[in-house]
Amino acid sequence: MFNGVLDWLRGIGASVINGVWRLGYASRFFMLTLLGSGTSFRRFQLTINEIYSTGVLSLIIILVSGLFVGMVLGLQGYETLQRYGSAEALGTLVALSLVRELGPVVAALLFASRAGSAITAEIGLMKATEQLSAMEMMAVDPIARVVAPRFWAGVFSMPLLAAMFSAIGVFGGYLVGVVLIGVDNGAFWSQMQAAVDFRHDVLNGVIKSLVFGIAVTAIALFEGYDAPPTAEGVSGATTRTVVTSSLVILALDFVLTAFMFRGV
Amino acid sequence: MSDNLVEIENVSFAYGKRPILKGINLVAPRGKVIAIMGGSGCGKTTLLRLIGGQIKASQGTVRVDGKLVNDLDQDALYQLRRRMGMLFQFGALFTDMSVYDNVAFQMREHTDMPESIIRDLALMKLNAVGLRGARDMMPSELSGGMARRVALARAIALDPMLIMYDEPFAGLDPISLGVIGNLIRRLTDALGITSIVVTHDVQESLKIVDYVYFVSEGVIVAHGTAEEMKNSSAPFVHQFIHGEEDGPVPFHYPSVDYASELISESSHV
Repeated sequence: MFNGVLDWLRGIGASVINGVWRLGYASRFFMLTLLGSGTSFRRFQLTINEIYSTGVLSLIIILVSGLFVGMVLGLQGYETLQRYGSAEALGTLVALSLVRELGPVVAALLFASRAGSAITAEIGLMKATEQLSAMEMMAVDPIARVVAPRFWAGVFSMPLLAAMFSAIGVFGGYLVGVVLIGVDNGAFWSQMQAAVDFRHDVLNGVIKSLVFGIAVTAIALFEGYDAPPTAEGVSGATTRTVVTSSLVILALDFVLTAFMFRGV
Repeated sequence: MSDNLVEIENVSFAYGKRPILKGINLVAPRGKVIAIMGGSGCGKTTLLRLIGGQIKASQGTVRVDGKLVNDLDQDALYQLRRRMGMLFQFGALFTDMSVYDNVAFQMREHTDMPESIIRDLALMKLNAVGLRGARDMMPSELSGGMARRVALARAIALDPMLIMYDEPFAGLDPISLGVIGNLIRRLTDALGITSIVVTHDVQESLKIVDYVYFVSEGVIVAHGTAEEMKNSSAPFVHQFIHGEEDGPVPFHYPSVDYASELISESSHV
């Protein structure tokens, strides 16, 4: 009985120590990535290549999802607003929902699933097939050459993807609200223009997506770099990237929203 | 300048509490092909990682070209590694680059040479391993033997003083085996480099090496020229070279006596 309790306590202690150690290791990895970022800017072509892989190749899923999310917002928003006789405010509802919340959050969740998992799998496989060791043995720092360009590509891509998600979403809301249902075209756009503030709404949304971009890309890179060099290890790391990134996005979204839109 | 390019003195290494190498002494003279042989998991690859500075010895010294690898900081270690090449077990080619780009990789990273000169040099290295015609292929299109030849061309890209080969013969067909073996010997002699080959392929490696170290359970159990090793009566060497099933390395993994285990099992039923 006593031994059982002792083992249980030891188990808790071991998980806490392991968690703290991993957090420290991840922080060190993040610092090394920042310190090794010189190459990503000196040889910007490396970063551009990665922007293509992480950003451009994520465009389809972002645009299609954005269009449908905007269309659903148009339908649901109209359904609710017309009860109060405010159907003209549909443009405001669609735009604010997208720019403040859905754009950054849903785009980041999609980015984590599409680009984050791909980054983890790629780095994990490079490690498993000794490509990273080979690079080290050629006196090339893999963090500067492989990790940092992917990090900055993710950081640059995420706000752009979120902006495109919001833009196409607004267009989706317009299609359903104005073209399909018949909300007044002028009211739809003019109310939106009057209600959406550039600094308070758009800029805060961009800041959110920038923070999500940093978080998702850092998690994806760390999970790939830390993955056990086996098929099982890489698949586990890929899953962890998507799960951890999604939870971190939602948690960060709450914190950021609390600071940005408190009582407004 | 010492005659030995690599000098390992009394080196021990452990992963956590598990000892891998115990008191290893080994030298690799300049311009020679040295083989480190032993069964799987005996610590051969760990020795290469110690020489390359990827891990540090817990005891003893590793010197490469007179420099104490244990004490080098990252910059000094990277300077030293620019003069080393390593051939990994399955080539470790960069899968997102073509054969040509793999060979040109180090030249682009470490030199300011114009692309026209890099092209000439990369094609020269590929020609040396017989794969100039495969320059535009991707690593996924190469056979195992071709991938290792490309990796060899990449390893000699900057004319290193030392090349380390980690199991260069593993999983190759007989023709590729001969090709890789001959390339190791030819390149060593032609370029005046030093080669350290970690392998358990006895027949192929004894044809090309100058000196052999046998490692078992983390210690060097025998060493000598290829001829001396072929005629050695040391039990481990004899078992290893002739591929005998039982000997100092037993067929059965250590366990309790079989008969008593059967009796104890039947008493439980």
